[in-house]
Amino acid sequence: MPLLMPVLLAGLLFSIGVYGVLARRNAILVLMAVELMLNAVNINLVAFDVWLRDELLAGQVFTLFVITIAAAEVGLGLAIILLVFRNRQTAQLDLLDELAEAEDAA
Amino acid sequence: MTLLEVLFGLLGLVALGSGLLVVTTHQMVHAALWLVVCLGSVAGCYLLLSAEFVAWVQVLIYVGAVVVLLLFGLMLTRAPIGASTDLDAPPLQRAVAAVVALGLAGVVVVASIDSFAGEDIVLGSDDVGGSSTEAGSAIFRGWVLPFEALSVLLLAALVGAIVLSRRDIGADGGSPEGAR
Repeated sequence: MPLLMPVLLAGLLFSIGVYGVLARRNAILVLMAVELMLNAVNINLVAFDVWLRDELLAGQVFTLFVITIAAAEVGLGLAIILLVFRNRQTAQLDLLDELAEAEDAA
Repeated sequence: MTLLEVLFGLLGLVALGSGLLVVTTHQMVHAALWLVVCLGSVAGCYLLLSAEFVAWVQVLIYVGAVVVLLLFGLMLTRAPIGASTDLDAPPLQRAVAAVVALGLAGVVVVASIDSFAGEDIVLGSDDVGGSSTEAGSAIFRGWVLPFEALSVLLLAALVGAIVLSRRDIGADGGSPEGAR
């Protein structure tokens, strides 16, 4: 299999994730897009591990680590989003602008 | 084109298409379900790359746990059932996001074609492996210290999530007297 296939797949999936993070307003949808980006990186890690035939299986073990960290990240992220929702009754990111400078002050 | 390449291409197309739907659909629950399709086909890609153990971990943790967590989050933030129009940023921001994403995709595609064209992954020989035996011995021989550090990190994340979502340790200092 050409190495290009998984590498290109990973690059395109990462770009889709970037679009999702930038274009979505809902915090949970942004978290989903972050998951897409993490998956793109995982595909790269596995592909290069198999390509280099690493004796220590570094790429695959790192993929397992990234999956674990992603699970921890989703748990913490959702806890934070729920806390924000409990306090503000919204999960829309662009409504959480309390720390931004007022627009008419500039 | 071998059968392996055709299958990998198809799974990759499914992953890309469902990924696009995750970031563009107007129904939040559908976004979570398309994420299942996307992560599942990525797991299929791992299987084809002979990373068997990683593939099943992906199915168990991503498709099983992370997506269920996200669905819980959707439920608890009273996400609207059915189509809603306020999930996306305004058109200008979406256009900028599309430009950034397309630019990034272009750079990555050109750079990786430039670097890796003609390289081949040789699958199916004996020294390529990701079965649970090999992955297990790799983790518990070479990577046992990072693995233990990771378990502490998971514990910290769990404790953090519990502390964040408990109501009785809140703004009044978190002292035992402040508990309601």
